[in-house]
Amino acid sequence: MTNVATTVQRRRATPARPPRPRAAEPGPLRRFLRTHWYAWALTAPVVIVMSVVIAFPFARGLWLSFTDADRRNVSTRIGENVTPATYEFVGVDNYVAILTGDVGDFWARLTWTVVWTLACVACHFGLGLGLAVMLNRRVALRGVYRAVMILPWAVPPFVSAFIWRYLYQGEYGLFNAALRGMGFPGVEWLGDPFWAKVVVITINVWLGVPFMMVALLGGLQSIPGQLYEAARVDGASPWQQFRHITLPSLRPVAAPVVLIGTIWTFNQFPVIFLVTGGGPARSTDLLVTYAFRLFGDGTYGVASAYGMVILGLLLVLGVIYQRALRREGQAW
Amino acid sequence: MVTASARGGRERGVLASVGLHLGLVTASLIALLPVVWIVLTSIQPRHVWQSTSVEVVRDPTFANYLHVLTETPFLRWFANTLVVAGLTTVVALFLAATTGYAVSRFRFPGMRPLMWSLLITQMFPVAILIVPLYTVLVRLGLINHHLGLTLTYLTIAVPFCAWMLRGYFDTIPTEIDEAGRMDGLTPFGTFWRLVLPLAKPGLAVVGFFAFITAWGEVAFASAFMIDADNFTLAVGLRTQFVAERRAEWGYLSAAAVMIAVPALLVFLGAQRHLEGGLTAGATKT
Repeated sequence: MTNVATTVQRRRATPARPPRPRAAEPGPLRRFLRTHWYAWALTAPVVIVMSVVIAFPFARGLWLSFTDADRRNVSTRIGENVTPATYEFVGVDNYVAILTGDVGDFWARLTWTVVWTLACVACHFGLGLGLAVMLNRRVALRGVYRAVMILPWAVPPFVSAFIWRYLYQGEYGLFNAALRGMGFPGVEWLGDPFWAKVVVITINVWLGVPFMMVALLGGLQSIPGQLYEAARVDGASPWQQFRHITLPSLRPVAAPVVLIGTIWTFNQFPVIFLVTGGGPARSTDLLVTYAFRLFGDGTYGVASAYGMVILGLLLVLGVIYQRALRREGQAW
Repeated sequence: MVTASARGGRERGVLASVGLHLGLVTASLIALLPVVWIVLTSIQPRHVWQSTSVEVVRDPTFANYLHVLTETPFLRWFANTLVVAGLTTVVALFLAATTGYAVSRFRFPGMRPLMWSLLITQMFPVAILIVPLYTVLVRLGLINHHLGLTLTYLTIAVPFCAWMLRGYFDTIPTEIDEAGRMDGLTPFGTFWRLVLPLAKPGLAVVGFFAFITAWGEVAFASAFMIDADNFTLAVGLRTQFVAERRAEWGYLSAAAVMIAVPALLVFLGAQRHLEGGLTAGATKT
């Protein structure tokens, strides 16, 4: 994932074919096969496995999204008895129903998902970069700081979700206890739509900063020190150094990391699912958790269509992002 | 290599140093707080968490741990999770390494579509595959089965690992392959005997990612595991300790500590490699 921004032109090693002491040149097809069969043999396992677990299910999901499949009419299998499926093709009905807001509360979910993604990724990047710059200096206890700050990434997300849920708990939670200790009334963090949104964003920021920090720190450490020396000789202020050396040099690392971070955040599942369960009153459900809920309700056709819409949105985002980078002269 | 960090502390004023440490300490405290709090909760008597006043440990006890280990299927779930995550890691590494190497070293027809499709699968929301995968697993009879869950985790782990490894292989000089070929190794032999051993740090980082991905996955595990005997930790904890209205925080915190500690140890072990591994290929030094 991270290599997409190679700054140095890579040299391809197409294996040099040993000279063959044969008189007749083989036909083009034979030569073609001989040149490429190694590569194909190496990639065959992935192609086979991915066809089974991604391509085929994806094709099926696409088909399902145009049908009225639900729990009652799909084929079921109880022991030896297989009931055939009876769902029917309904064209784009599911998509129309979703985009017009008839089912699935689509526009409200989309708005919240976009707000959530922007807020989280901005904080991930800003805080991650700030901490990476601090850790890149010569500081006493640097290793200790780094080890501690990586904690939120090391604890499995589902465990973190439970921990935070406990901290924000209305009656016994630490935060409310602290508030009450200072003489304020406690807040029903998870019972109020606005606060619940703030809570899930803070939790996800806490979870995601270390990844950014580590990635950007790696990028910072590969910036040649001579650049800074030269800048200092020319009398550049620390801010100018940061602005004109650090940021541009980080771009090859930052660009792919931010893109993948955005995709992950957009599709973030455990935080929402485990902390609020989409509540209160579904206000914190992201598109993804909502689609999962539709699946749980047994409306498979609608759930598939919902998933396809999410994928479409992400693809558009990816293309726009790449175009923007290319305009900046950062093609990958 | 001279890096930016060569700017020593000598030329920093006292004020700047204090500010720097203040920032780092604040961030560390924020990172630590939830973890410390859960450890404190776990070693208190069972009902202390229900008291509305916050106090630091009075009489530490391991009753919560004992209960979780002996009265709940915790250990069984732990084993399930290990099996699934381990299997996922091994299979994903094998698939990703072969692909990453092929893409890094050869130009062949179908290469670009392959890499693009891997990239796009990164974007798949859980919701897209969950319905059809469910039906596929039912067909294969793998619902409620470790193997079935492992298969679904490959959809997440393989694309990411292949991209990362390709970047790592790109940093290994092609002269090594050429030397291997000169000595009469086949491309497979070169890959297996020369390049893979050199790529060990990269493999470690990528394997680690595959492992923690599978270790903490929630959605597929919730949907495809039906019997409590087969639950992974993520599913088990939710059903066991976090009931709709009443959560057993004492037990939950003990379980959380027991899950997080091994994860932390692994993380600290892998930490040295993480920085290089994440940015391999993006920056050449």
